[in-house]
Amino acid sequence: MAVVFEKPKSLTSKEFHYCPGCPHGIIHRLVAEAIDNLGIEGKAIGVAPVGCAVMAYDYFTCDMIEAAHGRAPAVATGIKRSLPENIVFTYQGDGDLASIGMAETVHAATRNENITIIFVNNAIYGMTGGQMAPTSLPGQVTQTSPYGRDVKTAGYPIKVAELLSSLDAPYYIERVAVNNVKNVKHAGKAIEKAFRNQMEGKGFSLIEVISACPTNWGLTPQKALQWVDEKMIPYYPLGVYRDKDKEASV
Amino acid sequence: MAKVTFNEDICKGCGLCVDACPKHILALAKDKINKKGHNPAVMTDQEKCIGCAFCATMCPDCVIKVEK
Repeated sequence: MAVVFEKPKSLTSKEFHYCPGCPHGIIHRLVAEAIDNLGIEGKAIGVAPVGCAVMAYDYFTCDMIEAAHGRAPAVATGIKRSLPENIVFTYQGDGDLASIGMAETVHAATRNENITIIFVNNAIYGMTGGQMAPTSLPGQVTQTSPYGRDVKTAGYPIKVAELLSSLDAPYYIERVAVNNVKNVKHAGKAIEKAFRNQMEGKGFSLIEVISACPTNWGLTPQKALQWVDEKMIPYYPLGVYRDKDKEASV
Repeated sequence: MAKVTFNEDICKGCGLCVDACPKHILALAKDKINKKGHNPAVMTDQEKCIGCAFCATMCPDCVIKVEK
């Protein structure tokens, strides 16, 4: 019997601390599978965010660094420029990347910094207990928007993939989701491509992963994935927003 | 024939594998509680398993190993 599926080697034996049904575990696994497939475990360096994934450094077998809130792209820039042979990635949530870390993200993108960013968008601040995030949907009920996000006072959600693809520099930007088998498999391919781009020196690659937060959305894991399908994906359309590979061939 | 093994101790009983299974042969064990205090996912009919690994693909905790 051949093994069809098992835990990737780039994940440690430590159990994830995430809530039951939290897609962070799926996304961690996809990143680890990409590292395994590309054989870069020895030279990958990850930058962990502040948020639920703050302890990502416990779960990956490659070298990891913890950045101050939102500063992962700046830290990754420093690592990549001093160790250009290594493969540097950040793993960030929406409270980290799209809020306090927006400046670092936009500037790393506009410099076409040769790093890989995994951006997990679940439309809420998970670790701190479910406050409204820059990516919370209009009308979405959170701890700090108990009557639903009012766009008159709180503004509209930030669509990171669209926003960054308005810049000339970034090499590859795609939005994927992990709400069903098909989307998970596609997300894995996109993440692997983002790492391969860096190995080939192509530049800034960002994968926005539409995720879920069953606990803070107040839904079961199954209903949370349904909510992704019904509410999140219509607002945050999946797809490739920038791929200079394809632009070059046109 | 395919073989699916569950690392039951680390299962959090979210049930995403149960929903993903196209053969509907996975279930949360209502008569069992693991170390974490959850009802772990179990295989109810190994004979019918086709080894598609959809369950493992959706599992957030790397509980499932699939052999074929």
